[in-house]
Amino acid sequence: MTVSKFWRNIPQYYNLIGKKCPECNSYYFPPRDVCSQCGNHKLEEHKFDGRGEIVTFTIIRTPLMDPEGEVIDIHAQTIPYILAIVKLEEGPKLTAEIVDCEIDEVKIGKEVGAVFRKIVEKGPHGVIQYGYKFKLVR
Amino acid sequence: MTGIIGWGAYIPHYRIKAEEIAKAQGQDADTIKSGLRIEEKSVPGIDEDSATIAVEAAKNALKRANILPTEIGAIYLGSESHPYAVKPTGTIVAQAIGMSNNYTTADLEFACKAGTAALQIIYAMVKSDMIRYGLAGGIDTAQAAPGDPLEYTAAAGGAVFILGRENIVAEIKDTVSFTSDTPDFWRRAYQKYPSHGGAFTGEPAYFKHIINATELLLKKVNKKPTDYTYAIFHQPNGKFPVRVAKKLGFNNEQILPGLLVPKIGNTYSGSSILGLAAVLDIAKPGDTILVTSYGSGAGSDSFDIEVTDQILRIRNKSQSVQDYIDNIKYIDYATYLKYTKK
Ligand SMILES: [Zn+2]
Repeated sequence: MTVSKFWRNIPQYYNLIGKKCPECNSYYFPPRDVCSQCGNHKLEEHKFDGRGEIVTFTIIRTPLMDPEGEVIDIHAQTIPYILAIVKLEEGPKLTAEIVDCEIDEVKIGKEVGAVFRKIVEKGPHGVIQYGYKFKLVR
Repeated sequence: MTGIIGWGAYIPHYRIKAEEIAKAQGQDADTIKSGLRIEEKSVPGIDEDSATIAVEAAKNALKRANILPTEIGAIYLGSESHPYAVKPTGTIVAQAIGMSNNYTTADLEFACKAGTAALQIIYAMVKSDMIRYGLAGGIDTAQAAPGDPLEYTAAAGGAVFILGRENIVAEIKDTVSFTSDTPDFWRRAYQKYPSHGGAFTGEPAYFKHIINATELLLKKVNKKPTDYTYAIFHQPNGKFPVRVAKKLGFNNEQILPGLLVPKIGNTYSGSSILGLAAVLDIAKPGDTILVTSYGSGAGSDSFDIEVTDQILRIRNKSQSVQDYIDNIKYIDYATYLKYTKK
């Protein structure tokens, strides 16, 4: 991701800012301009508080590489790691890593909360991209 | 009245035992453990740094302080492991906790006392009415070269305090500092690991500065060691703070609740203030706390703090330091090397 694209998306990545439709109470993450349920064009900003549950998950054992052959996700240096689809309390689903957790502890339906972590570090010279990951609620 | 209206701590999930490091260094674990009085230390996850630790600690502090993040007018964070050499950690943390853009920040560095330096600056800004609320913190992901004795203690963690003039849970009554040019420990630009003066780090450095700062404070506020319920001294290992407390006339009962180093290691800029956070987790209204930090280079900041009855209202709104000490996972030396990118 380019620095400018990352910068534009900081409210999403850092603060889980999405959208809410005041007409039909639908929630969107990532944010969108038009409500897909009722067609309303006037959606409001909504800050998700990061509580949710695991819908499904997979264990990544091969690190993601970019076309130049560099490891993209810094956590991929510690494969295997857990990648999950998390359903936020308000409804939207998103893909994120589950951290501070053993593979045999992660289960479908487990409650999770968002944490703030490094996502991508572009080598020793590049910008550090931070964002949300999730942790089991213990 | 100016003081703390919310405090928050964060210590990473991972620990490495002194035995595991001793094995890798080819040393005798029992000698090290009794010499340094350390059992294990915290290790950051590979995706954690001083910014992510500060964000989690600041979120915990906000849960306790009954204010909006947009009301905070300044953020000062002390660390010797800021993620960037140029680009303030304060900007990342302010964005992540939802502050407005109407705030001032700059990163601080003073070895292990940058966190208390931040506390002094925010205290002065709030007290002088320059800002209504301010956030001060000290966090580190301390690094030590493989084989260096510091490897047993260099740890990760931090604490954050939100200061204000109303709804105070712990009043900061006074603060003084004692500072000199003492080259006991340093890290030159572009170097990954610090260098230190070995035995020179004791008497002329740690002990001299902590004793002088503490005595200056006691004289200024006209108190004696027995007037305090708790005392916290910088904790580079488990031995120094116990010895300096004894020299100054404090007893073990006063210092043990804030002595975290045997279980988490030396969290550098987070060290003495994590001790303060742990004491606030258990303190009662009317309790008095003395905190003296130490930063190599060298200097000490000493604080006279008094707990108010407001503390009971907010204490349980966030995880305690003990929660972070209890919920851990041990890793081996190979995993430790990977997580700390050695
Ligand atoms: Zn709608």
